[in-house]
Amino acid sequence: MPVKASDDNPEKARRFREAALPYLDDAYTLARYLLRNAADAEDAVQECYLRAFKHFDSYRGPAMKPWLFAILRNVCRAEYARRATTPTSAIEDVPESAEQAPLWHETQETPEAHLLRRWDSDTIRRLVAALAEPFRETFVLREIQNLSYREIADVAEVPVGTVMSRLARARAMLRSAWMAEQEQVK
Amino acid sequence: MTCDEAEVLLHALIDGELDAGHARDVETHIAGCQHCAAALSDYREMSKAVADADLRYKAPPELRQRIEAALPQPLAQVVQMPSRRAVLRGFAMGSAVSALAATGLVAIVLRNDDMERIQSEVVSAHLRSLQAGHLIDVISTDQHTVKPWFNGKLDVSPPVINLTAEGFTLIGGRLDYVDARAIGAVVYRRRQHVINLFVAQTASTERRSAKIETIQGFNIRHWSDRGLNYWAVSDLAKDELAEFGDKFEAAMGSNTG
Repeated sequence: MPVKASDDNPEKARRFREAALPYLDDAYTLARYLLRNAADAEDAVQECYLRAFKHFDSYRGPAMKPWLFAILRNVCRAEYARRATTPTSAIEDVPESAEQAPLWHETQETPEAHLLRRWDSDTIRRLVAALAEPFRETFVLREIQNLSYREIADVAEVPVGTVMSRLARARAMLRSAWMAEQEQVK
Repeated sequence: MTCDEAEVLLHALIDGELDAGHARDVETHIAGCQHCAAALSDYREMSKAVADADLRYKAPPELRQRIEAALPQPLAQVVQMPSRRAVLRGFAMGSAVSALAATGLVAIVLRNDDMERIQSEVVSAHLRSLQAGHLIDVISTDQHTVKPWFNGKLDVSPPVINLTAEGFTLIGGRLDYVDARAIGAVVYRRRQHVINLFVAQTASTERRSAKIETIQGFNIRHWSDRGLNYWAVSDLAKDELAEFGDKFEAAMGSNTG
């Protein structure tokens, strides 16, 4: 799938390495959460870096990390599309209408704050991975990648208001899953 | 403010994304609404748990290698298929080269080339170290903590000297990669300027006195002593970097001398 970068300008390559390679772990982390598969994540990140290198001449900002993420996200979208045409599709994309659905109210009858158990990293990763798109994406960009709302909006190509409602929804879903997990181990 | 509004805005409150006016509105609502107060407290707790857990993944080394391999290589490593003309020129060069080889000049020329490449790698390593979270692996202002930390990580243990009294504060050490080898970096600070002192083993034990060069706006002071190569890199002015090197060498002399 990935083609070799044909632009053989070593000076550009050197600047690109210095600017972009420090974010390799960040990019890989995002791809792992978006694609939920290690091999696909590797391919997507490699493709992302090659595309980024190709467009590096015209890069004027924003910060390098959100710029790479925007490219990576498009690569991952293409991967969703490919999966959707194969019978083993693993991504359950939420229909648009789901975003307009009212926020959850299931905790209405228990107003006191819960004692949230401190889950280990593996459990939290699993709970986050179980979130539906696009809530998972928003959540990971905010909580794991520490992007601002503005940066998330740019990466995901949606208004800031949508970022806020998606994040609220993502955290509400995670909170329910978190407490359901506590019920199970009781 | 309604609960529906507050339920969205309280996240922006947690994330520090609300302006003062809206933050006050949300806080007022929460003060009078148990339901939203409970949600806020849960979300805060959850965000903290998520932040404290390590949820990141580390890119596999093969991925890094694949990306590196797909990018154009730095000039020094570019291997070009020689054109016919270049081959012919090569023949012409060949005799000149063998004449030089007899005098040992080739080795010197090659070594200088190598040195230039390594110096630019040293500057790159310095730049990388300035990225957030990359500067030091072991944080310490105590040379007796930094020095043992290197033991077993490198084939040579770099000398760690406390120069605080001389105005250069030892802040820690780090493993880095230069010339495809692990190399020790001892990190000092003067005012807001970071100095990376890279130390690598060299085959030659001859002492070479210091030379200062400027690459990409950074000053490098390079010297060799007792089988070790040193590169001090910083954005400090030349005279201050020279002072650092002099103090370091003087301290080395009195330490072991």
